[in-house]
Amino acid sequence: MTMPYYVAPEQVMKDRAEYAQKGIARGRSLIATTYDLGIAIVADNQSRSLHKISEIYDRIAFAGVGKYNEFDQLRVSGIRHADTKGYAYSREDVDARSLANLYAQYLGQVFTHEMKPLEVEILVAELGTGSGRPQLYHIAYEGTITDEDRYAVLGGETEAIAERLEERWTSDWDLPAALQAAVSALAGPDRTLAGEDLEVAVLSSGNGRRAFRRLVEAELDALLG
Amino acid sequence: MMSVTGGAASAAGGQSSQEFRHGTTVAALRFADGIVMAGDRRATEGHAIAHRSMEKVFPADRYSAVAIAGAAGPAVEMVRLFQTQLEHYEKVEGVVLSLEGKANQLGQMVREHLPMAMQGLAVVPLFAGYDLTRRTGRIFTYDVTGGHYEESEHNATGSGGRDARTTIKLGYRSGMARDDAVELSIEALYEAADEDSATGGPDLIRGIYPLVATVTADGFAPVPDEEVAERFAALIERRRAEGRQP
Repeated sequence: MTMPYYVAPEQVMKDRAEYAQKGIARGRSLIATTYDLGIAIVADNQSRSLHKISEIYDRIAFAGVGKYNEFDQLRVSGIRHADTKGYAYSREDVDARSLANLYAQYLGQVFTHEMKPLEVEILVAELGTGSGRPQLYHIAYEGTITDEDRYAVLGGETEAIAERLEERWTSDWDLPAALQAAVSALAGPDRTLAGEDLEVAVLSSGNGRRAFRRLVEAELDALLG
Repeated sequence: MMSVTGGAASAAGGQSSQEFRHGTTVAALRFADGIVMAGDRRATEGHAIAHRSMEKVFPADRYSAVAIAGAAGPAVEMVRLFQTQLEHYEKVEGVVLSLEGKANQLGQMVREHLPMAMQGLAVVPLFAGYDLTRRTGRIFTYDVTGGHYEESEHNATGSGGRDARTTIKLGYRSGMARDDAVELSIEALYEAADEDSATGGPDLIRGIYPLVATVTADGFAPVPDEEVAERFAALIERRRAEGRQP
């Protein structure tokens, strides 16, 4: 007769966390930062069709790192949640806080109850309305949620990247300054990243009702200087 | 226009559903750079005017517009759902639906509404937009069964649609300029309001004017209220000067 194994819950959680962290660290990183007119999101992503950054609603954007199929599924359900809520009630009733909580609950649920945790880290960014400040909700693979109103770094090597960004970060910098700092923080001392290596999008109140806009090709190259 | 409660009048009078009119006049025509869409502002409840500043021309998304005729409640609801669906598709898929795809989607929604239409609450939209692949404006008309048909030049629907169509037909030239097309749509609504009691004309006293919008390669753009007001005033002036009845 074989003896049933006992594995301490601490050990189970530790193993799962390690597994998820490894998966996330394999991918490339992403930075979201506020600037004078909104929020800029910069991802180290060469693909022009498989996006890491996406629009959720009028003033809300989504970004994910880690396993593409997993965060894309989260993205689509987020859009469905927002559109359904906006249709049932009113467009102004859709907010990032409730969406971020929903994501956090789901990720937490999967982390504790499923065999395999989701190997993702996601960001829900919202442009403030009126005098409200922009808000960045950073949600980790196990459902931990943190809110930032300056910048957020997702993916692997986040500490080194955040350190590089912190050195240059100022509260009311303009878009070119914010993008250039974010790109050099992502690249690090040994690499240079050009427009074609990046996926960049902004949430800016200057864009009308739908604040989300991708920056591509010539426009992006001009901003990167 | 649109009746707020359409079925009641015909049921009370024991009339057939054929007697039930979906009021309104909405019209669309193609011009050199895209399409113009226009609609009056009146909503009726039986023989009474229910609303004087109703909107019947909406942006469906950035490159298309939808105008409605029929029962007001379900029509406005259909537009809201249509707008949500187009935006939802665009966000999930990362690309915009083709103009044909949008027209089909709206057709399905009209078809699903058929049971209500049979009870007298018909909704008949008019859909038009700028086709980004073909680089031209396109217009689609619908019937209550969801059937949709592409129009090559122009069309109008609603209870005053016939008068609007005739006016447009007489003044239409292919490859018209934007200003001429806007002018013609205004004239069409003017004539429709003159003949049809369920279509509202320019309300000079309250300053309420029909809604006119264009869709071109630059997207949906409402024609400013002041411009519409000026064009109506000029139209009346011109007719007086020509010795015609305004």
